[in-house]
This record gives sequence, C-alpha cells and structure tokens, in this order.
Amino acid sequence: MTGAPPDTQAKGIGARLARKEDARFLSGRGEFVADIRRPGMLDVAFVRAPVAHARIVDIEKPEGWESLVYTMADMAEVKPIVAASKLPGFQKSEQYPLAKDKVRFVGEMVAMCVAPSRARAEDLAEQVFVDYEDLPVVSDMHAAANGTAEGKLHEHWDSNVFLETQVDNKAGIADDVVSVRRQLSTSRQCQVPLEGRGVVCWWDHRLNRLEMTSAAQMPHINRTGLAECLGLDEGQVRVVSPDVGGGFGYKGILLPEEICCAWLAMKLDRPIRWIEDRNEHLSANANCREHAYDISVHVERSGRLAGIDCDAIVDSGAYSSYPFSACLEAAQIGSILPGPYKMDSYSCHTRSAATNKPPILPYRGVARTGVCFALEVMLDIAARELGIEPFELRERSLVGPDDMPYTNITNKLFDSGDYIACMHRAVEALDWSGWRARQAETNGRKRIGLGLATFCEQGAHGTSVYHGWGIPMVPGYEQCNARVTTDGILELQIGAHSHGQSMETTMAQVANTVLGIDPEQVRIMHGDTGGSPYSTGTWGSRNAVMSGGAVAAACEKLADRVRRLASHLMDVAADDLIFENGGVVSGDRSRSMTLADIAHTWYRAPQLLPDDVDPAGLGLVAGYKMRPDMGTFSYATHACAVEVDTVTGAVKLLDYAICEDGGVLLNPMVVEGQLLGGLAQGIGTALYEEIPFDDEAQPLASTLADYMVPGAAEMPHLTIEHMETPSPFSTFGQKGIGEGGAIAPPAAITNAVNDALGGLGAEIHSVPISPERVIAALEAAHESD
Amino acid sequence: MKAIDYRIERASDVAGAVEALQADPFAKPIAGGQSLGAMLNLRLAQPECVIDIVGLDALKGLRIESDEMVIGPLVTHARLEDGRYDDATGGMLAHVAAGIAYRAVRNSGTIGGSICHADPAADWIAATAALGATFDIQGPDGTRQVAARDFMTSAFETTLAEADVLTAIRVPALGDTARWSYRKFCRKTGEFALAIVSGVVDGQTGIERLVFSALDGAPVVIERAGLFDELAEPDARQVLLDDDALSISGHRRALHAGLLADVIADIRGTA
Repeated sequence: MTGAPPDTQAKGIGARLARKEDARFLSGRGEFVADIRRPGMLDVAFVRAPVAHARIVDIEKPEGWESLVYTMADMAEVKPIVAASKLPGFQKSEQYPLAKDKVRFVGEMVAMCVAPSRARAEDLAEQVFVDYEDLPVVSDMHAAANGTAEGKLHEHWDSNVFLETQVDNKAGIADDVVSVRRQLSTSRQCQVPLEGRGVVCWWDHRLNRLEMTSAAQMPHINRTGLAECLGLDEGQVRVVSPDVGGGFGYKGILLPEEICCAWLAMKLDRPIRWIEDRNEHLSANANCREHAYDISVHVERSGRLAGIDCDAIVDSGAYSSYPFSACLEAAQIGSILPGPYKMDSYSCHTRSAATNKPPILPYRGVARTGVCFALEVMLDIAARELGIEPFELRERSLVGPDDMPYTNITNKLFDSGDYIACMHRAVEALDWSGWRARQAETNGRKRIGLGLATFCEQGAHGTSVYHGWGIPMVPGYEQCNARVTTDGILELQIGAHSHGQSMETTMAQVANTVLGIDPEQVRIMHGDTGGSPYSTGTWGSRNAVMSGGAVAAACEKLADRVRRLASHLMDVAADDLIFENGGVVSGDRSRSMTLADIAHTWYRAPQLLPDDVDPAGLGLVAGYKMRPDMGTFSYATHACAVEVDTVTGAVKLLDYAICEDGGVLLNPMVVEGQLLGGLAQGIGTALYEEIPFDDEAQPLASTLADYMVPGAAEMPHLTIEHMETPSPFSTFGQKGIGEGGAIAPPAAITNAVNDALGGLGAEIHSVPISPERVIAALEAAHESD
Repeated sequence: MKAIDYRIERASDVAGAVEALQADPFAKPIAGGQSLGAMLNLRLAQPECVIDIVGLDALKGLRIESDEMVIGPLVTHARLEDGRYDDATGGMLAHVAAGIAYRAVRNSGTIGGSICHADPAADWIAATAALGATFDIQGPDGTRQVAARDFMTSAFETTLAEADVLTAIRVPALGDTARWSYRKFCRKTGEFALAIVSGVVDGQTGIERLVFSALDGAPVVIERAGLFDELAEPDARQVLLDDDALSISGHRRALHAGLLADVIADIRGTA
C-alpha cells in the first residue's frame, strides 16, 4: 500500500490518526444491541411464511398459549408501511408489519410469539398452524415487467410494476459506429453485515415515551416511521443506535420487526427484544442488487463513445420499503448509467418489477454497482471488437480535467477531478503491460485476463437529487450541537450515526482543524434521537461532507464566542487571537489561555466577565448545506489480473489495483479501510454471493453454508493510489467515498475474465462468476463454433 | 434460531456411551460439535439427549502400531494438521487436515466426528478410503471392524447402528516409495468441496487406488494394478468419468475431470 507514513504530530484533516473507537472494539468492549439487557425482558420469535404467495385462510394459535401469540388482527390500530415514490405512475404497496390477508414472499411475518427466551419463543412459533391457499407465484422479474406473469402481487394494481420511467436524450450518431448489444444481469444478494438487525424496546412511564435501542443507521428516520405507523407523536419515540456492526444500507430501513416489537412493548408493558439471526437475514431479507439490463453501446471507430441505449428491470420484490422506496434503484439507473463519460445520445427505460421476493433494499453503492457492471462490461466488449485496449477507449470518452466542472447528459454536475489520469495510474499500478506479456505465454488450461472499470460516485446527495428521484425521504440541512464543557472538553452532537465509518475520529479531526483542540479532548455523541439535531442519518457517502460541514460550521461559531471571551480576559484584540494546542494565543505569542481556563471562567467564575458579555454561552447549534447541492463526485479506477481455469471454471484474483480520488481526505487510513471493506464486498458480488430462487420463489441459500461471503483468504494483493482533487463545493474540498470500493469490482473482474476467455470466444454476462457460469459460457462458445 | 431444550449426559467411558445410546435411540453423541452444533441450532437435529464424549481419553490416542497408524476418533483436525506425531502416510494426513474449513473449526472438529457425520463432501471420508483405512466400532454386542470404503452407505448414512461408537481409525503405513495425491475443488477457502479426487500408489504393496468423492452418496473407490499408467491416456480418463458408478455430469463432471488430471500428474510426477 502506498501513501504518506503516519504523522504523529498533525491530528487534523488529512492525518492518519489511529481510530478513537479502536480501544473498545479491539478489546471486546463495544456495546451492540444484543449486549443490552433490561429487567423483565422478553424475547420474540416470528412465524414466517413458508410459501411465497398465498392467501391466509386461518391462523391457529397453540391451545393454552393464545395470549403469547399475536397476529395482525391483534394489532388492528397499527398502520402499514407505505413508502410512495413521488414520481408519476407509481403504484403504492401497503406492507403490514404482520401479513394481513395474504403473504407475498417467503419469510414474510405472519405471527409474533413472545417468551422469556428466544428458544421458548421459537418453540411456540413451531406450534402456530397457518392454513395457506396457494396463489400463482411471480418469481421472474421479466415476466412481472412484461405482464406475462399469471400471479398478481397487489390486487388493486394495473400490473406487477411499481413504476416505469423513461430518460430520452437521444441524438443523431454517426452511421459507422460499432454497436454492441448484450443482456447482462446481477444476482440477488444480502448485505450480510457482521451484526444483524436487532431491537430492544420498552415504554418509559416517566418520560411517557417509547425507548427503542436498534441497530440502525438512520435513527431519526426510524423514529419518524415508527411514530407514523404506531400513531404516536415523534417526541413519544426515542431511538438510540448503540455500536453498530456494519449496515451497508440494510440498517437504514424501517423494519416491520421494529414496529411489531414496539407495539408489543406497549401492549405488555415489558421490555421486548428481537435479535435477527443469519437464517432470517438470508432468507426473509434476501434483498439487494438484482438488476437486468438489455443494453447497447455505440462507439466510433476512433474509440470515442457516441451513445447508450438501455432497457433495465429491477427486481423490486413485494413491497416498497421505507424510506428509500421500491424505485431508488431504477431511478438511479436512469440517471447514473452514463457514468463518468461524455456522449452524444442516451436513452434508458426502466421498470421496477414487483415479485414474490423480499423488498429490494439499497446496498453499498446502491444501483452504481449494477450500472458500473453493465456499462463497463459493454465498453470492454466494444474495445475488443475494435481491437484496442480498454483504457484507449476510455481515454477518448471520459470527461477530461479541462471540462470540470462538467454537466453530463443527465444533468449531473461533476465537481472536479482528472478521471483520465486516475485511470492511467491504476493501469500502471497493476503493471498492465507486464501482465499482458505474461498473458501471452499462457494459452493452456489456465488463462490470464486483465480488466479495469472506472466510475464516479455521487456522495452527499442534496435536496434536489433525492427530490428528483421521487424518494420519500429528502435530505435537507445537516446540523451539529456543539458545546464546551466546564472543563474545556468539546462535545459535538450530530444526528448521523456510525456503523463503522470512524466518525468519532474523523469528526474530531475536523474540530482539530478549526479549533486546534486535541481530538482526545473532543467527544462525539451520535446515534440518539433524544436531543440530537434531526438528520436523515448515515447513507449515500454523505457524512464526511455533511456532518463534516456541520461540525466545522459549529466549531467556527464557537470559535467566535471563545474569541470574544478570551479577548476580554487576555486584553488582546479578538482578531489577533489564534487557536492552537487546545487554547488561544495572541498573534505575538506573548499571551495565551487554554480552552479549559476560558470555560472555567464562563461557567464557574463569571464575576471575571464584564456585565455586557453576550449571555449566549459556549453551546450552540449550527448547520450546513452544500451549494450547489448536487453532491460531490469522487471517482476511481479498479484494475485487476485474474487466472481462469478453463476446465473447472475457477477464477483466481492474481493482483488488484485501485486509484481513487476522494478530494481532501479527512483521514487517509480510514478511507483505505473503506476501500478494503468495499473491495471485499465487491469481490463477493463479482464471484461468490447469490441467493437463487426457484420457480416458486423459494430462496435456495438460507445459511452461510450456501451463501458464500469472501473471507480474508479471498482478498487479493492490493495496491492503493490516492489522488486528492478538492471539491469546489464542500467545506474543505472533501468528497464522499464510503461506497466506491464496492462499486467497481464486479465490472473489473468480469472484464478480466472476459479478457481471459476472449480467445476462446466465450463471454460472461452475469455475476457472480461462479465456476458453473464460466463452464456454461465456454460450452456455449464451443457449441456456436 | 436456538436449539430445542435438550439435556447433556457426559459419558465416563466408551461402554457408558454405548449404554446411553442404547437407552435413548434418538440420542446424539457429540465430539467437536462442528456439524452437530449448527444442526442443533437450526433445529435440523432435535434430540432430547446429547451424549458428550469429548472427555474420553481412550479415544484420543495417535500412535503407530506395527504396520499401521491408530488414530483415536477424538483427535482434532488441528492436531493432524500440525504433524507432531509419528506419521506413516508421507504427510497425507497433515495435508488433508490443513485443508479442512478454518483453523477455528480444526481446533475443535475431530476426525471421528467428521467420519460418523458422513457428509458426502467431507474430507476424512474420502481420505480414509484412499488410504485403505479400517474402523474399529464398539457396540452392545462387542467390537467389529469395517473397511473405510464400506463404512458410508449414502449421504449422512453409515453402517453404524444406533448404539455404536467409532473407537479407532486404522491407517496402513505407506511404503517409502509410495506416492499420494489429494485434490479438491472448493468455491472458496473453508467451504465444503464440490469435488474431491484422491490417489494412492504404493510400490511395496502393489496398491493403486483412486477415490472420487463429494458425490451424491458414498465415495467411489477404484483399485487395480496398472490403473495410473492406464489413466495417463486422456481417452481412458473420459471412459472412467463416464462410468455409471460415478454418475456425474455437467459442471460436477468438469470439476472431477480437472482434479483427475491433476491427481494423475501428481502421482506420475509430471506436474
């Protein structure tokens, strides 16, 4: 790995500061939902549908235990989850927390059982008898989208399509372009965070509110959704998110389980707990990434990209989830498929198909992983057709450094960067030409292939972006509560939360840059709706920019107040004071005071201050909004070399290189951690992770024995190169970069596999690239010879 | 998921374990618990009684007795992997052990537990068949021996009766000039194999043995003189792979074909 050596002096933005969080995590002292106990706590287990589509004829509670088993009929006052896209033509779904009348996917909850332990609750669940009347199952998104499926998900709908959209920026292109068309697809996956979802909740009679501890990325959004469904005002719900073991989008969703547990806690007046197990996650919440593309790219003989036409379907599952809706993926596909490229013509038709599968949820990268796969695989196929290297095609088509800021064909405003230089650095970091030479020597059973993929990643999406996509949740402003305590500690309270982003460290680094305070003297408080500013939370690579911007704004304002107090106490002009080493110092360095001294005076020795001092004090709220609010665009190129065994179909990663530009990096070490974790997940999408469904929409991978997640041994040798082009739109020039690692690997690895198989006429069109898919591609090539 | 409410009985010796199994035909003995633990938690196994045999020292030996290795069924994969014992298999036991799952699993999982569980994709079922091992089994009526190749009858089924306990795995010593190969195909590190092929050739005994495993049921063992010379010919390999006894097709056949080529190369020293 490259990069500057750790600098132990500098602790502000840009320092490779060791994480403040590490001490508790590495010594096993973190506190996750499952670590929490409450006196009198009861455990819940759910009865889940064993069939994908059926009418519920009858639910029989076990005799003698009726009072411990609940169905939707018992929860009549609870409202369903409705997440309506604001785009015209959207068909609304109503998801009751426990199924009402019928079930629409395997794993949907039908009844809730409560007992002193989870095992006892499961014993009860086994004794609940549900009589189902089977309905025709919609298991195929193509049939759902094309209107050929026999079944119908929602009776009052016109079709099995949540929403259809069309982007049409078609323009004339030259006659002699090379056009290639393929059908490509990504498989259904799970996010598989190390820690699953989990809830502990109870009613606090003193404060007259529901207390919910939940493994959540977006506690305020959960609170809003819970209050709506339960008919409470938002002040009657407090959501606390403790340490969270990875989220990746899954923990941004309001779960029906949370609503059920909250209702039961109120009903029984007892603490209620539900901890998701791996089986529930994999089978009942198999929920992301499933896209199908019919895509054509048109490239001029010179290698310049002229246009794209695409028809995309997203398998959105049975319901629209709160708050991202069933259409986030498709809305993104239409708007971000053009990637970091210039082109003359673009059209994209999308359909969000409703099927008898769990609702689709966002996963790190959201639709970007799918569109990067679709477009980048097509560009390499076109390059092969033209007989040029993949980077030659791209250098003629990428938005150039002189074009910045650049408004692309779908009106995305790219803020800054040199996409072409980044690509070349990745190509060199991999030693592309060296691998080409080795490739020429291996033409037997095992073949070498090279691939790359380039993308730009919109982070910190602003109001206009989410409003434009019709998403029910629209982000606005980000705020920070800041105060200096009596002893000079800086407390910062933000509405976003960390599920692994290291914000306790990076936000303290931001404070250090503004106030000169040691990060050890900064206390970050987050993940608690009780008192923190409202926030849409942690999603969409937004916190470096949004929370970082809010923390900086609050620290700037605090600096003003501190400066005025210090000016009086030190008898130095306010504008002659400099913040450093946890205090202020006069410009001529003759006088200084620590923040602790100033705070002590303010709180405990106010007699030292003049009568006309501003009484506002050392605590305040400040906010941030990026302008323009299109978001930041970080970008990267991934390049890799693979070896394909043409007999067994095995794919081995030989080497991997990433060059990325996240603008000004708050902490490069944290960014590298994000890249490594993202890459592991991207390798999962590329080579391993898949939940197949049979024709009856039964999930066929319900344990980690069937659902393969890459481990440490599957990680290749990796070279990381950083570029740091500041964004002109954010506070420090920082950009969101949390998801990028997971975006490009499926595209880069597929391109490398197709490069290896090119000489044999075989081509991969679907991920994960299982050995079966490689052998099937080779057999198809053999048959067409 | 959580296991059903079951009770644990600790056996004080092998005879006690046999007795406990006789008393409750649905009881399950537990050794390292690496398979049974997961099956209990998924409620795939719902015994009322689990008989803990981990404390039985009589089942933990690992020694050479005249011309064979005698391995106690409670010997862990990790112990076999680490190789700190007198070995008569030219390193094959350590090689096979090192490829099982992850170290954490190998630290607890036992050779006997793996054999008795009889997962078609497990390693010791295949490796002991390739090495021509025999198993000592103690039951209510005394002790008997079964050849490894005859032990497993189908997926997760063996010749063990309800109250039988595996007490030793006897592996014949390989000669100094013997060659072995053990190849498996896993989707990723630590997964169960999708295909296993193993070969053993011993000039001193004249044995030439080839094992295909990770099939639908028990491993298929092919043993005859001249086998590996014969299989140097690619055509002969195709005939073998098409044999009804194997009944493999599609991708699984491709995997076994690839591994077979590797095993032949290993054995013939042409890799």
